[in-house]
Amino acid sequence: MTKKTVLLATAFSISFAAPLAAQTPSEASTPAPAPRLSETVEGELSQDRTVIAVPALATPAVTTVAGLRTDSLGRQIAEVIAADLERSGLYAPLGPGSVRAITMNEVTAPRFADWQAQDAENVVHGFVRASGTGGLVVGCYLYDTQLGSELVRQGFEIQPGDWRRAAHKCADAIYSRLSGESPFFDSRVAYIAESGPKGNRIKRLAIMDSDGGNHRFITNGQALALSPRFSPDYKKIVYVSYLQDRVRVFIYDVDAGSQKLVTESRNATFAPRWSPDGTQILFSMAVAGNTDIYRVSASGGTPVRLTNNPGIDVGGSFSPDGKKIVFESDRSGGQQIYTMNIDGSNQQRVSFGGGRYATPEWSPRGDLIAFTKMGGGEFRVGVMTPSGGGERLLTNDWQDEAPTWSPNGRVLQFFRTSRGREGKSSLWQVDLTGVNMRRLPTPGDGSDPSWGPIRP
Amino acid sequence: MTIRKTTAMIAAIAMLAVGACSKKAPEVLPPNPDGVDDGSGGNSGGGTGVIPGSQQDFLNNVSSDRIFFGFDQYNVDAEDQATLASQSQWLQRNPAVRVLLEGHADERGTRDYNLALGERRANAAKNYLASLGVDPSRIEVISYGKERPAELGSNEEAYAKNRRAVTVVIQR
Repeated sequence: MTKKTVLLATAFSISFAAPLAAQTPSEASTPAPAPRLSETVEGELSQDRTVIAVPALATPAVTTVAGLRTDSLGRQIAEVIAADLERSGLYAPLGPGSVRAITMNEVTAPRFADWQAQDAENVVHGFVRASGTGGLVVGCYLYDTQLGSELVRQGFEIQPGDWRRAAHKCADAIYSRLSGESPFFDSRVAYIAESGPKGNRIKRLAIMDSDGGNHRFITNGQALALSPRFSPDYKKIVYVSYLQDRVRVFIYDVDAGSQKLVTESRNATFAPRWSPDGTQILFSMAVAGNTDIYRVSASGGTPVRLTNNPGIDVGGSFSPDGKKIVFESDRSGGQQIYTMNIDGSNQQRVSFGGGRYATPEWSPRGDLIAFTKMGGGEFRVGVMTPSGGGERLLTNDWQDEAPTWSPNGRVLQFFRTSRGREGKSSLWQVDLTGVNMRRLPTPGDGSDPSWGPIRP
Repeated sequence: MTIRKTTAMIAAIAMLAVGACSKKAPEVLPPNPDGVDDGSGGNSGGGTGVIPGSQQDFLNNVSSDRIFFGFDQYNVDAEDQATLASQSQWLQRNPAVRVLLEGHADERGTRDYNLALGERRANAAKNYLASLGVDPSRIEVISYGKERPAELGSNEEAYAKNRRAVTVVIQR
């Protein structure tokens, strides 16, 4: 175990519980089981996925904390860890349903021969115990069964209602250690839950964990809701509401349950996006039928107009350093992708392939821009470099639209619409390599996913 | 300060629920009956039980409540001009009436772009009505993008009917 791991674990256990506490009561009021993603894999997975055994976490003494038994939680946490690892597409976990349970002694002294006998290259051990102050302590260990060495050791002190986060943090530590990539499981998604007939869809703002857990509806469906985006600190959501039969961008405060307009205007405002530091909001506004892009402080003030031409300029997404904006415009005819500086200067077209390009989203790594490409009767999700090179299409269906990046820039979520009178929308995700296509579990239909950053 | 704090979300939505009932136009309006007065005869529904200045009166007296557009287009062609001319005549006979122009797009566009396209279409219709003498302050516009298709199929025939601007009487 390295010094760095210790420091991370310590920092984590301190910052973990506080931001969640306020949210827990309302989420607890709308419990929604989170089915695993594993049954809806489409397309190929790597043939050489690493086998990782994930037995139920041990408990030194079965205790009930806030109605949760530590032994039951040990199994549930292992199930969430295994599901996360499976969903990454890189690992073939053996979850608590397929391997034996461990004793508390084994947590720090694994019987490596047992796990080697199951062809597991790695094994995850851990424990759950009452903290003594109303919370839980979760330990998370990863071992290499061949070398007999410890690769990860982390401990989290959490509120009982946050047990899924402890599982995601453990899975993130394992994923990061083994793949060398940044973590992404402990993150949340805002999206639009859909129901009702195609001609009169009910669209509600909803939020959930990256695996579909802790699902919660925010709006009740009386007004159409579109295109949500979480603020970087997850405290707010910008989205479009048809409240009072107007099209306007609102900033919704998740904890307070209240919202305010992003700007006061008689014109339609839509397509909102946060700056990476959460201080600025991009939005599009139609004035006398002409749509341009504006930027305004998240705390209010006078919007700054960034584009000014008779074409439709819409959408927009900040580069992770906050210095540039990628957006779409039909100023040359059809929709194409452009970049500009955040003051609107230096507007340059970057997409030149055949067809139309829309919904550009800058990767949190900065190296790629994801988009929707329309052509040949299909909408497909793809990526290109910020200068327009290296185009790759990742999906191939009738209508895949509006990609959003995982916190580590390795996975894209988008929504897929099926054709016809009964056409529905659903949420999907795919690896940057175009493999590991999966449908996300949602209580009903879904569209407009927006993936937030890794949680602190 | 241009940001206005709204009341709590729940209260705001509850108010909308009330407001929406009185103002909501039918998404798919009944077809214009054949042989009905096109407006030139000045029949404003008198004697039929139709309230003058109402949505039904409007439908009875215009050649259509909607105009249609080509793919990604928002120009008002000759057929659209005739439709809007009949609407303009009715509006000038009913000067107290205000209307909402809804702009719509087919499903073969991305969401945000289609909202912008619906704005273009609704404003194109509004501007043409204004050019015929209708006071533009009587005309509100709203874009529904691809959110409210009139035809539900995924084919060119349905798309052609969904690329539309629809004039709806605002009920008082």
